[in-house]
Amino acid sequence: MYAYWKAFVVIVSRDAMLAFRRQAELVNPLIFFIMVVTLFPFAFGSDSELLQRITAGMIWITALLASTLSLDSIFRSDFDDGSIEQIVLSRYSLILLVAAKITAHWLLTGLPLIMVAMLIGFILSLPGQTMQALLATLLLGTPVLSLIGAIAVALTVGLRSGGMLLSLLILPLYMPVLIFSMLAVENAMSELPITAELYFLAGILVLSATLAPVATASSLRIRLS
Amino acid sequence: MFTRFNQFASPKHFYDLSARLTPWFTWASILLLLAGLYGGLVLAPADYQQGDSFRIIYIHVPSAWMSLFVYVVMAMAGGIGLIWHVKIADIIARSSASLGASFTFLALATGSLWGKPMWGTWWVWDARLTSELILLFLYLGYIALQSAFDDRRVAARAGAVLALVGLVNIPIIHYSVEWWSTLHQGPTITKFDAPSIHMSMLIPLLLMALAFKSYFISVLLIRARSEILEYECNSTWVEELISNRSF
Repeated sequence: MYAYWKAFVVIVSRDAMLAFRRQAELVNPLIFFIMVVTLFPFAFGSDSELLQRITAGMIWITALLASTLSLDSIFRSDFDDGSIEQIVLSRYSLILLVAAKITAHWLLTGLPLIMVAMLIGFILSLPGQTMQALLATLLLGTPVLSLIGAIAVALTVGLRSGGMLLSLLILPLYMPVLIFSMLAVENAMSELPITAELYFLAGILVLSATLAPVATASSLRIRLS
Repeated sequence: MFTRFNQFASPKHFYDLSARLTPWFTWASILLLLAGLYGGLVLAPADYQQGDSFRIIYIHVPSAWMSLFVYVVMAMAGGIGLIWHVKIADIIARSSASLGASFTFLALATGSLWGKPMWGTWWVWDARLTSELILLFLYLGYIALQSAFDDRRVAARAGAVLALVGLVNIPIIHYSVEWWSTLHQGPTITKFDAPSIHMSMLIPLLLMALAFKSYFISVLLIRARSEILEYECNSTWVEELISNRSF
């Protein structure tokens, strides 16, 4: 049991170390996130009442796009330098190691994204209850994005049209997360309870945490066969 | 039993079998289509609220049913191909995809044509319309993934994983969208005890559904045959088949 845990931690810390050595890859999605948020007032006008209403939605859509763009990095460098083959050949279960890689990816891109989102929400003075709902949905939702995204990355990494194809594959699968998150935020805005939506998001998170690593592992095996 | 199954699943056997089956399904679909259209467009009375424009359901509802049915067929066939390495299952999954996408598109297009006089707009963000649209996206993603690989075996297996992931997601997408907004008229046929649709309208609809099903099977068989020839183009039986053929 301890050996499995150790293998998990080794992969997470390896990915963290690699990411910190290439800090641009860590920071770029966050800059992209802030830039896209800046685009919205240009498109919708600077009417603060309207912006107040769409802020949570625009943060969520931007987070979806930013996580789509950063997903490729889960397996890209391992695929390029061949270390993914070592991971597949390792004597530990591939499912466990894949779960470790997804965890590392979420810690390195999802978590900073949530912090920046909170900062933006604070600057744009979202009301407290909306902020809480946004934080809760992001905490439950962004791991799902990494989990589902990992399957599609494993299927498309290294292909010629990989990036575009990746977005085509995952955006439809992201829609339920977006729907439940926005329902929760809307309820919070009108000061209604949001527990039901959060339970649904938690359910989706548990479902994808159990199934996505299995699907990702078998996709990797297919790609390397 | 397993040897029989293996024999059935061998591409050559399937090629011969499908050649014999195709005309049956083609004729069945033509006859059912004629009967269903006659019953639906001529015999069935006009709806007391919607007038004659309700008659589009004879295309709309069967294609909406088929859109889901074909996805399930595609994912199941993909799963069988993934687990037992059955080549025919891979071929069936691959050939179903664009058929399913066409049915989904047809359901969306007819729904939109019906929506203009009924709701006064081509498109509303109604739950069932939206989940049908997302289903179309799932099909298009599958097709895009298939065409991204040069190796057919890898393409088939990667597509199978995607189709299975989609299959798990379809109910979640459906209910989340349902919860998000609904404006579509409630189901009129799945209420088994007392369908709120009259028999004279229901029977043509069921005939049309059967016609669509046989149409799907016959086109699937034709597509699968040409896929088999491409897949097996290096095997001796295909070479014999082609060299024996007089052009």
